[in-house]
Amino acid sequence: MAAKRLNLRKRYELLTRGMGWETTYQKMDDVFPYDTFEGIKITDWDKWEDPFRLTMDSYWKFQAEKEKKLYAIIDSFAQNNGQTNLSDASYLSAIKLFLTGVTPLEYGAHQGFAHLGRHFRGEGARVACQMQAIDELRHAQTQIHTISHYNKHFNGLHDPFYQFDRVWYLSVPKSFIEDAQSAGPFEFITSISFAFEYVLTNLLFVPFMSGAAYNGDMATTTFGFSAQSDESRHMTLGLEIIKFMLEQHEDNLPIIQGWIDKHFWRAYRLLALVSAMQDYMLTNSPMSWKEAWEVYFVENGGALFEDLGRYGLKMPKYHELATAESEHLSHQVWSVFCLLGNATGFHAFLPTEEKMDWLSEKYPDTFDKYYRPRFEYWAKQKAEGTFEYIKGLPQLCQVCQIPMIFTEVESDPMQLSFRDTKHNGDRYHFCSDGCKDIFENEPEKYTQAWLPVHQIFQGNCGGPTLEEVLEWYKFAPEDVSDYIGSQDHQRWQEWKGKDKDTPAKTEANG
Amino acid sequence: MTINARDGYVDIVKDKVENFHGNQLVYVCWDDHLIFSAAQAFPLPPEMPFGALISEVMTPVFNLHPDFAKIDWPAVEWTVDGEKFSPDMEASLKDNGVDHKSLIRFKTPGLMGINGTRY
Amino acid sequence: MSNKKNTAFIIVQDNEDARPIIEAIEQDNDGVIVQYQPGMVRMERAGSLIVKRETVEELIGREWDIQEMHLVLISIAGNVDEDDDKFELSWN
Repeated sequence: MAAKRLNLRKRYELLTRGMGWETTYQKMDDVFPYDTFEGIKITDWDKWEDPFRLTMDSYWKFQAEKEKKLYAIIDSFAQNNGQTNLSDASYLSAIKLFLTGVTPLEYGAHQGFAHLGRHFRGEGARVACQMQAIDELRHAQTQIHTISHYNKHFNGLHDPFYQFDRVWYLSVPKSFIEDAQSAGPFEFITSISFAFEYVLTNLLFVPFMSGAAYNGDMATTTFGFSAQSDESRHMTLGLEIIKFMLEQHEDNLPIIQGWIDKHFWRAYRLLALVSAMQDYMLTNSPMSWKEAWEVYFVENGGALFEDLGRYGLKMPKYHELATAESEHLSHQVWSVFCLLGNATGFHAFLPTEEKMDWLSEKYPDTFDKYYRPRFEYWAKQKAEGTFEYIKGLPQLCQVCQIPMIFTEVESDPMQLSFRDTKHNGDRYHFCSDGCKDIFENEPEKYTQAWLPVHQIFQGNCGGPTLEEVLEWYKFAPEDVSDYIGSQDHQRWQEWKGKDKDTPAKTEANG
Repeated sequence: MTINARDGYVDIVKDKVENFHGNQLVYVCWDDHLIFSAAQAFPLPPEMPFGALISEVMTPVFNLHPDFAKIDWPAVEWTVDGEKFSPDMEASLKDNGVDHKSLIRFKTPGLMGINGTRY
Repeated sequence: MSNKKNTAFIIVQDNEDARPIIEAIEQDNDGVIVQYQPGMVRMERAGSLIVKRETVEELIGREWDIQEMHLVLISIAGNVDEDDDKFELSWN
């Protein structure tokens, strides 16, 4: 009989304890130069423990199985022309935004965790970060691979990484991940593993991937849930690292609270894009942004912070405002995309009557009162052929880089929210107190922000005209503007045997 | 506060006025007309007369809204960087107190957007 | 605002591999709420949730490694306590 297998605890202990050593040829601080300057005090790295206790052999075994399952589904999706079973081709706009806006974030997270996997002094934390670095790389790769199938049939999926570094609305996720990557390792892990992964990532992956299933997109559902299975581990890492830091030294609390306040707001602002995906871009939405916010932030975040209250940690600053904004967020974001739709790499479209009725039901206090009138107004203009895109470029927030579209939802939802401050004689503008606080805490970081609108005016984006800028973005003419009348739309109509001139499901009846 | 960094921070100000080739940035917001979603950004010579800001810069963008043609310009209420002011149409932006990254807001009494929705 | 407090939850894929895990959770957690949503199954309960290896093994009639759960897991909420025999989520 074979020797009895060691138990989980023992196996994990052997992997993560006693593998490191006190260096003698070089000072420990030179070998691990990054894990002290942030002021986080660690007295005993051995107190770090990953509750999943995953060892390398199990890690490879389970990851390989996940990959096999995923690729089996991707293959069958392709062989069976799964793209023809979508609810509507306008749904692809969400996938285009995902590939250009989220997939490069996965890659950025991979780079960040690879760095931490080398630079944390504790072996247990290094092992966890190394596994996560591999996970994040896998996510970027499987997303690219899965979505490449759609690239054979639809426009706008050709240059996600190139565009991530240039396009006006993609500077929002880019600045988010680079903010974290350019911080120290403890701030990075607080930002990505805790504020993003634990507190907010359910909002991105769970309803959105369930939404993909609801719209016949089995490919996306599968890579999404496959990635999400790793995410459960990442969330656990996020929670453990917070508890670990708080237990190590009481001086760590104010530093961590500051990071949580900052990165909650940064990540929440980034998710404004997701709110529009969920409520507007999904042809059929399983759950509204507001409902998802209630379940995954108010309820789940509430339980989390109540639990962490024993360490003195409080809910992130401005969380009440984020909850108040959940009635407005998706409508405000989608409105901008509709009016700047000639400069987006996905097709914008107006909500159908059916969709507007769903929005009225989900947002009884806000949709009909504030937002339905504008969609009906545009639908009428489109029917009459008088619709025009906005000719100007919007003012951007210095921190989140989103056009300054947010309003004073708590006092006057039709009043734009303006904040500003002066630093070394220059004026800086913000969409919210949250973004303003972040700037004022670290002005040297955000005066460097590469704001796409300002870069166009400085002459760094291909030229002064819209055509030149779009060419510089590698947005082909067929990638941009309305879904109705686009090549994607025409192709879809052909597959479905419909007359090209028949208004599609997505067109509002003007 | 300043940033806590290991290797210090290079002082880069990406949007200093010198980077705009003689222009300065000006933001203009038309209150109660949310169709524009946000204030609009323009790179403009500081010597541009305020009247030209209206006729050459604001008009081609804001005339998208049907209210624009109905504006009674002498009745418009202006603020620059939060302060009320009455622009001198002949004078330059600079002499009207509009500098780099100033925010100009204007209200048009009686005009409250499409069907009074402030949109 | 929600008045739910301290909800621990586990979300798994809605597939064959997950079915015995869902059944085991239903057996071992009094008052658990099971919601079927497109592509996924969400199980929630106030305070804590447990997955027991033994229960899953009885249901499938073979040995089962608790970590096989990773293959179908979508999301969780709660502090994790895992060993060879159980996977538990709880809020203090």
